[in-house]
Amino acid sequence: MNTPNSLLIRRSRRSSNLSFVALGLVAVGLVMMPYVVYQSVTSSMVMLFVLVIIASMWNLLAGFGGLVSIGQQAYIGIGAYTVIVMADLGVHPLIGVFFGALTSAMLALPTSWLAFRLRGDYFAVGTWVIAEVYRLVMIKFQFVGGADGKSLVGLSGLDPVMRSALTYWFALGIAILTVLGCFWLLRSRIGLALTAIRDDEVSARAGGIDATRIKRIVYLVSAAGCGLAGGILVVDALRVQPDAIFSVSWSAYMIFIVIIGGIGYLEGPLIGALVFFAMQQFLAEMGTWYLMLLGVLAICAAAWFPKGLWGAFSQKTGFRLFPVGYHVAQRFDTPVDSRAPLFRN
Amino acid sequence: MQILDALAQGILLGGLYTLFAVGLSIMFGVMRIVNLAHGDFAILAAFLAILLVGETSFPVWLVVAITVPAFAAIGYFLQRTLFQQSLNSGPLSTLLVTFGMSIVIQNALLEAFSANPQRLDVGQLATASFPVGPIAIPYIGVLGLMLAILCIVAIELFLRRTATGRMTRAVSDDPDTARLTGANSRHIYGLATGIAFGAVAIAGLLLAARSSVEPTAGSMRLIFAFEAVVIGGLGSLWGTLVGGLSLGVVQTLVAHFDPSSSILAGHLLFLLVLAFRPQGLIPARSL
Amino acid sequence: MTTLLSVQEINVHHGQLHAVRDFSLDVNDGEKTAVIGANGAGKSTLMRAIAGTHRPTSGRIFLRGEDITDLHAGRRVEAGIALVPEGRRLFRSLSLEENLLTGTYRKRRGTWSLEAIFELFPWMKERRAKPVARLSGGEQQAVAIGRALLSNPDVLLIDELSLGLAPSIVARIYGMIPRVVETGCSVLFVEQNVAQALSVADRALCLLEGRTVLTGVASELERSEVEDAYFGVAHGRGGRKERNSDADS
Ligand SMILES: Nc1ncnc2c1ncn2[C@@H]1O[C@H](COP(=O)(O)OP(=O)(O)OP(=O)(O)O)[C@@H](O)[C@H]1O
Ligand SMILES: [Mg+2]
Repeated sequence: MNTPNSLLIRRSRRSSNLSFVALGLVAVGLVMMPYVVYQSVTSSMVMLFVLVIIASMWNLLAGFGGLVSIGQQAYIGIGAYTVIVMADLGVHPLIGVFFGALTSAMLALPTSWLAFRLRGDYFAVGTWVIAEVYRLVMIKFQFVGGADGKSLVGLSGLDPVMRSALTYWFALGIAILTVLGCFWLLRSRIGLALTAIRDDEVSARAGGIDATRIKRIVYLVSAAGCGLAGGILVVDALRVQPDAIFSVSWSAYMIFIVIIGGIGYLEGPLIGALVFFAMQQFLAEMGTWYLMLLGVLAICAAAWFPKGLWGAFSQKTGFRLFPVGYHVAQRFDTPVDSRAPLFRN
Repeated sequence: MQILDALAQGILLGGLYTLFAVGLSIMFGVMRIVNLAHGDFAILAAFLAILLVGETSFPVWLVVAITVPAFAAIGYFLQRTLFQQSLNSGPLSTLLVTFGMSIVIQNALLEAFSANPQRLDVGQLATASFPVGPIAIPYIGVLGLMLAILCIVAIELFLRRTATGRMTRAVSDDPDTARLTGANSRHIYGLATGIAFGAVAIAGLLLAARSSVEPTAGSMRLIFAFEAVVIGGLGSLWGTLVGGLSLGVVQTLVAHFDPSSSILAGHLLFLLVLAFRPQGLIPARSL
Repeated sequence: MTTLLSVQEINVHHGQLHAVRDFSLDVNDGEKTAVIGANGAGKSTLMRAIAGTHRPTSGRIFLRGEDITDLHAGRRVEAGIALVPEGRRLFRSLSLEENLLTGTYRKRRGTWSLEAIFELFPWMKERRAKPVARLSGGEQQAVAIGRALLSNPDVLLIDELSLGLAPSIVARIYGMIPRVVETGCSVLFVEQNVAQALSVADRALCLLEGRTVLTGVASELERSEVEDAYFGVAHGRGGRKERNSDADS
């Protein structure tokens, strides 16, 4: 058999050290930013970091776990509300952000029991419904402000410039942690199992991999990451508004970023987030036309360039920033037997 | 008494939900894909009809007779081009493509018609009702329920009594083998999507005739349709009817006591079914 | 005798895997040709390439002199090619009769009708409305053959008819092949059991790793010669080559 072993070796050959040095330099540069640029720049970059975080999480879920969710805004919202509630209890908001990740993951567990009963495309819509449920339940609680939302206490005493820089560094740190966390996760045994599942779920199960458990872990990690992002958003904005924080637009952003950047590549969300961020800066005042443009781009990319920008680039050059040793498979064929019978009465 | 009224209204509302859900059920049944722009296409149909009624002197029945077949044709065409292309590029692509489509349609409608809710003018039909004992039954609700049942009967007859319908079920079981017995699966996929789009166009027109709709109403319609399908049980159109009716009744009954919780109650019914009866209320039986 | 099906120099790939290499074959009118070969030799891939569910990367396929390489599987059914796929692949949610009737979708004329199938397999008639999942393996194989016959093919392709069936059942099903050939249909079939294949076929060919390593008139082939070809001994590849077939389908 002449399977392309050579390809696998080539992937992990190049990039390793060099790219980490480069990434380290970029990170140092980003850390210095508050000293060199205006506050307005750093504060808009907090949004970029949030986008990187949520897109990386969605990429982990959909690109590596095969779970297309359009309900991750549920965990953004839960993260945000956790920070609010913890701050009311006297916990520092920046600490509260980590509790946000924890509550998100904790709620993701029972949620996964329900959502995982739905397969394929129905899973996607199911997660959306569940996110709606979280929103509708949250606005029933008056102690978090009901449908109006609530302001964050505990940071108001800080000097605005200091607070802005602090938020920036915090968001940057979390974004770096998330990306490295994904990298680490995919290099671990879980990453290996994910590859096996993606290549052939039936054989992977037969080979003793508990595919559901692996997917559930990925789902929980992704929820935790989105919880962090929600926490950052509330620390940045100092208030939470349920319709905005639980908005399906977050899913739209994640999807757009990952598709454009390259699904199933760790680098994809980084590239995609930069592209999206740039578009947002320059085109957002076009309003509905801008959103239509995003939609059309996403359609074209998903239908004709499923590998996205990074996929096209790395295929041409063989270059990977993060050598995880594999990338997304083109097709997961549904085995005939797993198809439910149809049109029965 | 008022409960009885709410019950009747709920059943009629459920008929409308069923009309939305049928197309979703078919597309998932045959191609295993969900069109996330499903609800948005219904709203698009409604706005096009509103435009036609407003800009021409066509009577409403003619507008309906144009819109519904036009949407069926659009469905066939989209399947043969964009959806087929995305089916070929991977399992996630159709979801992402239709999600993008949903964003495009919503914003295009916002751009063209503004965010104001609009209504399809069907004259007397929108408000007229007939009394049954102490409660008033609106004609338009009855029309919706009847159309839903009619749609299901027609689709069932197609699937069971015609050669193409038989082949559609075969393609749904195993497209590869269906090809070996002569099917052109792409054409069959096109037909299934055409049926789905025709049905959802009817649903959209009916929705806009009952009450005014805004350009972004499609997402919620997709969610209700999806809930109806899951509550009823995947793979069974009559199950979808039961699911649609249950959803309509629960929403209306809860709204009777607490209007702000009506939609949440529908979602909770969906979650309950998912938790305790994942095969749905009317699961697919073997032949 | 005229050439009915002519496969010329086809190559078929599964991604990077070269499954069928420079394969050529002529099937004449009314001829029974057996394809034998070890697991993973590329037999199913070959059949699927001829039936049109898997496109060859190069080479042409002709039916009655007409190039059918660019036709999709459905059109090839219309042209007169039908495949009984490996593992039978009946439609689970269709009844027995409906499964058979899917074969009539392209409406080719010929001797085979529902009645003719019921005559060939009389037990089917009273169980026509039953779901196929409850049929035994042999019965399912018969339905799969009936389904293919109902498209009234000129060439009937059968992929591993005997898969998972008891020898007596296999013999019974092979027993109806002469009836099929009588109606003017050529048969090209894949069979793992060499003795079985040679006893039914007029001609046989042996595939090894995608290449034809032996062809001949079935009755003239030596058993040892076939076995050597089967395992690749004659080609100096040294002993048995174990393959698993789980990547199939
Ligand atoms: N869908 C597929 N994707 C990738 N490789 C495949 C696929 N189907 C078959 N192969 C590979 O192609 C080669 C030929 O397979 P094929 O199924 O044609 O063999 P075969 O002779 O029919 O074997 P068997 O006797 O087990 O049925 C094998 O190496 C197999 O692993
Ligand atoms: Mg085989």
